[in-house]
Amino acid sequence: MAFQILLNFILAFVWMFLKTSYSPASFFVGYLLGLLIIYMFRRFFHTRFYLLRVVAVLNLLYIFLRELLLSNIAVLKVILRPKLNIRPAIFALPTELKEDWEITVLANLITLTPGTLVIDVSPDNKILYVHAMDVSDIDEAIQGIKNTFEKAIMEVSR
Amino acid sequence: MTDLEIAKFFAGIFILLGAFLSLVTAFGLIRLPDVYTRNHAASKSATLGVMFVLLGTFIYFYFVENHFNSRLLLGIAFILLTSPVAGHLIGRAAYNSGVKPTDLTVQDDLATAKKTLAAMDQQK
Repeated sequence: MAFQILLNFILAFVWMFLKTSYSPASFFVGYLLGLLIIYMFRRFFHTRFYLLRVVAVLNLLYIFLRELLLSNIAVLKVILRPKLNIRPAIFALPTELKEDWEITVLANLITLTPGTLVIDVSPDNKILYVHAMDVSDIDEAIQGIKNTFEKAIMEVSR
Repeated sequence: MTDLEIAKFFAGIFILLGAFLSLVTAFGLIRLPDVYTRNHAASKSATLGVMFVLLGTFIYFYFVENHFNSRLLLGIAFILLTSPVAGHLIGRAAYNSGVKPTDLTVQDDLATAKKTLAAMDQQK
């Protein structure tokens, strides 16, 4: 991915040298043309066309912000309710992610999800131990959210 | 309503929301029963509260004073990245130093996992 971005920059500079105009505007035009060229030659690269991965990263960021808002509303409701009827639990969550940074991102996402917080990661990086604020309705819903998170992260790293 | 008034309105809304969230966090720290549930309140509401206050400040200075303060944006990004990690580390440190979760807790997989690990160590 980094190689494709670098190649795109070089193509943009070649375009600037061809035009002998060194302005940001001509760099931008060259960048767009280079993007088109890389898209046409995408079958010669080992990895995917890099714009897809950029879109996946943006999608992950969107999920991050949305979950932050939702989790705040959930915590707000728990705190401001007159009677505290919460049932906390610590449950194990097996994960398929391998790389360290993927697990870090997943743990951060889980921490910002409504009512869950990562307490520990098992030494072999296969299980996350998650503290849930209210176990009754959450346990299954959480599994669903995890699947979307893991999928979104895999979409980036694939 | 002019553009300036709209900008001021949004800046005010964001700052008030942020202050409200911080207040609720403080309530949560008092009301919730143990370290782990308090950690929920502290690591979520406080994050968004501070981010909203910074965002409101950024909007005010950008539209009213025509001053683009990139440090506020960097501050928002840093808080977003670091506060879940801080929450995780506090929870983990509490658990490893033996702080018991509240009696309301129904299920504790980590304790069983640690027990099996210790049993395996003894067998060796």
